[in-house]
Amino acid sequence: MDWIYEPWPWYISGAIIGSVMVGLLFMGKTFGFSGNFRTLCAMSGAGSKIPFFDYDWRKQSWNLLFLVGAVLGGYITSQFFTMDSSVAISEQTVEDLRALGLNSFDEIQPTDIFGWEFATSIGGLLFLLIGGFFIGFGSRYAGGCTSGHAITGISELQVPSLIAVVGFFIGGLLMTFFVLPQVLPWLLSAVN
Amino acid sequence: MKVFKFFAYITLGILFGIVMTKSEAISWFRIQEMFRFQSFHMYGIIGTAVAFGVLAVQVIKRSEAKDIQGKPIQFNDKEKSVARYLLGGTFFGIGWAMTGACPGPIFVNFGYGYTVMIVVIIGAFLGTLVYGVLKERLPH
Repeated sequence: MDWIYEPWPWYISGAIIGSVMVGLLFMGKTFGFSGNFRTLCAMSGAGSKIPFFDYDWRKQSWNLLFLVGAVLGGYITSQFFTMDSSVAISEQTVEDLRALGLNSFDEIQPTDIFGWEFATSIGGLLFLLIGGFFIGFGSRYAGGCTSGHAITGISELQVPSLIAVVGFFIGGLLMTFFVLPQVLPWLLSAVN
Repeated sequence: MKVFKFFAYITLGILFGIVMTKSEAISWFRIQEMFRFQSFHMYGIIGTAVAFGVLAVQVIKRSEAKDIQGKPIQFNDKEKSVARYLLGGTFFGIGWAMTGACPGPIFVNFGYGYTVMIVVIIGAFLGTLVYGVLKERLPH
């Protein structure tokens, strides 16, 4: 049973993620996580002012159950299936990230960024809020996120999804190579 | 049936949360490593999921498989366009590289114990809301 405490190899993980997608197909649904944000907006009553949110969100409640499951899955893994949560990323990545001012490499996430100290600094709060904003805005604009386009759409050989994934990388590379090197050292030094 | 479905969706979600964590795909480190092209790991995960998916979709189409309600499993073609996918995708990628999490992993991380993800969730909620407001004025 040691395998359950170790990180899982990419080929096992990929196959399980593919199975989740197929599982949803057999439930008569389509895998697509970001739709939940639209549902949450509709649930909050945004439909009374904005037509985009004026629909019967109850038909999407299955996806909210999936969301609750995802939260539980994260909790279960951290509580029961994890011995050492550090991530064995490449040495080059560690070196590059240290150069940006990161110091915490002993958990699955850098606590320099995903801790309340950072999140309660003005810069850190804005960083996380704006990052989330782009995810919500971009996924709805593109009509899907990694699960809806990169996994489901490409599995169905849909060209629009391929275009969306090209977009994901344009944005991701611009941020990684041109913006983060300017912004992160400054934000992190304000906290440390 | 209702009870079965309720547990089926939650169980699939739990499985998703576990595998995203055990594969380390919820880690900001792994996403940075991916965008820096310094490891095969994330490409391996997405590649395997897609290879598995392509195969499964073909089998479903050819065998005309039905879902648990007995309805034929259908695949709807996404509307043809370039602008919305490229522009929307680019915005999404910016957020993905900043937070190291796409929508699923944001919630998995929250469950894992990274409660600061609530800030990212609020941001994504606002981003979705603003898209809804601007939708008609954006090129699609």
